Amino acid sequence: MEYFVQQLINGLTLGSIYGLIAIGYTMVYGIIGMINFAHGDIFMIGSFIALIFIILLGVTAGSSFLLLLFALLLVLVIAMALTATYGWTVERLAYRPLRTSFRLAPLITAIGMSIVLQNYVQVVQGARVKPLQPLISGNFTIMEKVTPEGNFLVNLSYIQILIVVTTFILMAAFSLIIAKTSLGRSQRACEQDRKMASLIGVNVDRTISLTFVMGAALAAVAGMMYLLYYGVIDFYIGFVAGVKAFTAAVLGGIGSLPGAMLGGLLIGLIETFWSAYFSIEYKDVAAFSILAIVLIFLPSGILGKPEVEKV
Amino acid sequence: MTTASPAAKERSFTDSIKDAGLAALVALVLASAIMGLRTTSLPGVGGLVVVPDLPLVVGAVLVVFVGRLLLDLFVWRKIIRIPVGDKWYRRPGGRPLAHHAQRLGIMFGPALLVFAVILPFLPVSDRYVMDLSILVLTYVMLGWGLNIVVGLAGLLDLGYVAFYAVGAYSYALLAHYFDLGFWVCLPLAGILAAFWGVILGFPVLRLRGDYLAIVTLAFGEIIRIVLLNWYTFTNGPDGISGIPRPSFFGLEFERGEHGFAGFFGLDYSPMHRIIFLYYLILLLALLTNFVTIRLRRLPVGRAWEALREDEIACRSLGINTTNTKLTAFATGAMFAGFAGSFFATRQGFISPESFTFIESALILAIVVLGGLGSQIGVVIAAVVMIGGLEILRELNFLKVIFGDNFDPTSYRMLIFGLAMVVIMVWRPRGLISTRQPTIALGGRKPISGEYVGEGQG
Repeated sequence: MEYFVQQLINGLTLGSIYGLIAIGYTMVYGIIGMINFAHGDIFMIGSFIALIFIILLGVTAGSSFLLLLFALLLVLVIAMALTATYGWTVERLAYRPLRTSFRLAPLITAIGMSIVLQNYVQVVQGARVKPLQPLISGNFTIMEKVTPEGNFLVNLSYIQILIVVTTFILMAAFSLIIAKTSLGRSQRACEQDRKMASLIGVNVDRTISLTFVMGAALAAVAGMMYLLYYGVIDFYIGFVAGVKAFTAAVLGGIGSLPGAMLGGLLIGLIETFWSAYFSIEYKDVAAFSILAIVLIFLPSGILGKPEVEKV
Repeated sequence: MTTASPAAKERSFTDSIKDAGLAALVALVLASAIMGLRTTSLPGVGGLVVVPDLPLVVGAVLVVFVGRLLLDLFVWRKIIRIPVGDKWYRRPGGRPLAHHAQRLGIMFGPALLVFAVILPFLPVSDRYVMDLSILVLTYVMLGWGLNIVVGLAGLLDLGYVAFYAVGAYSYALLAHYFDLGFWVCLPLAGILAAFWGVILGFPVLRLRGDYLAIVTLAFGEIIRIVLLNWYTFTNGPDGISGIPRPSFFGLEFERGEHGFAGFFGLDYSPMHRIIFLYYLILLLALLTNFVTIRLRRLPVGRAWEALREDEIACRSLGINTTNTKLTAFATGAMFAGFAGSFFATRQGFISPESFTFIESALILAIVVLGGLGSQIGVVIAAVVMIGGLEILRELNFLKVIFGDNFDPTSYRMLIFGLAMVVIMVWRPRGLISTRQPTIALGGRKPISGEYVGEGQG
């Protein structure tokens, strides 16, 4: 039981990170119907920017609480802004010229961009893994089991709380943006019918650009959380995290924001529980198999709207 | 890239400068963090430190500014027109260039084939050229195989490399455990790969579009992970070595009386095997091409193309879409299986490293960059991409310019990725933008790729 609770906590933390990346995939897919393969690498760029500025500001675990909080917020804002610029540029260079082209063309440029971003970071930052000393340590012990071999403690660390809370605040904020602001209305309009939206005066290009900006900003948050949680990054983390997050988006029903979050949490939980109870080597197989099984029975994901075929 | 209407204000030189300045500003923002602040670990200091690198940022910003300005002036908006006078290909009497190009196009395929056949006997063909040609032909074959799935049936398969892996491992494992030779295993590898294509395809082919893409990607990863972790059976990350080489109708390529050279009274040369492998892959690739061309004229091939154009119409005409998709999937997989067993016998060593997602992406890129559904396009794209990738290995001379710290290998993939983006933006329909319809009223002539559907699956 205690072991289960611990894995549940770990799974939810991992799932939150996946969910944040998945939102970027699902928003882009919803609005222009393409798989943004470079999104995982945008996440990686976000974590590198966060790493650079954390080192630059020189905060360590020894800094006072207020200073640390302020510094991390500052880094978060910088990382979001710079990563959003990357997201915007990628859209501008690789996707916008192909807006009216056929479906596979932007997919290929997306794969190309993913290769470019990975190797760009590898060239300028080096191929070695980048470690970071843990900044936030300490935890609550919420359960304790006394066994003859020793005590098993169920820990809820501060960093896990930070990740889950940040994720849910951002999730709520972005849902609010989509639901209440004029930008959100434009986005939903473009999602339904781009041509019609442009006819009633929605600036489609700008709306799509802003979608990429929002997705990239969320990926930057995910990147920073990943960095703080695992403490080690390299130029290749984007691919695996990206594939998982896309899997999460599809699992939840692509195009649906709550679906992305739900899918992310599910993938995180599946992976963690599989690693904990079965075998760590096959955790990805488990995640992908569940995806295939879910899609066979629910072809449009858990919360997705079924696709209407028009003749 | 705007479609300028006559009323649109003429852009002046200063507008271009402003535009380039904005681009440079964006480049500055982008470069400031990742390029300008490098994280390195210094000896004696725990953890990472940040080292600023100003010249790199300035260089990048300058490159963007100048590049954008030049593109704007000469290519996109043509603010400065190069006075070339009346373009010679626009003279009265139609466009002779297009006409010649079309005639050349008809000649091009056979000419290429003749060139491929005589290549081993040309004086330039040393070991390096032959190895490179074998590599290119392997990708041509894979591209043609995937073209059946993506180009003809319109099913987006992001996990094609899985079947390549199945073929390679089929041969390697059969040879390892049962001592079977290459010629027995070649058809077996194809059959096994097709079998896996059916097994994987059956549950997922009801899915459409990007759902299919992600599930095929997932299957590709699953197969790789299983190969990587099933240590007792596949030897895991260490791979399988000592895969037997193919024989020429029972003659091994070895020294002595009973070798290939001895039997034909030739002097022994290691090039014999290379040339044999070259012809083998050429034959396999041509087989793929031939089967594809013939299948396009059979009912099943017509059904594939009809499926790509309109799935609903297909269903209402009584075509069993699931079976049609499955045959396309299995046929494509079979050729990947053949290519895989060839790969195993050529390398003599395989490991899961060779079957990563990037390989799938590369093959898909070859198909799409060449022009979906165009057989000759695949050849051109494979030559350009694979040949280009190999030529980029020879960047060592740049060390003279950039100093000894310059490592060309990572630039290689960077340039490769950029080329993918640039080619696709430049020619969204692929390098070959015309398609040959299989059936037409009157004469068959090439049509624009714009008229060809791309499929929903």
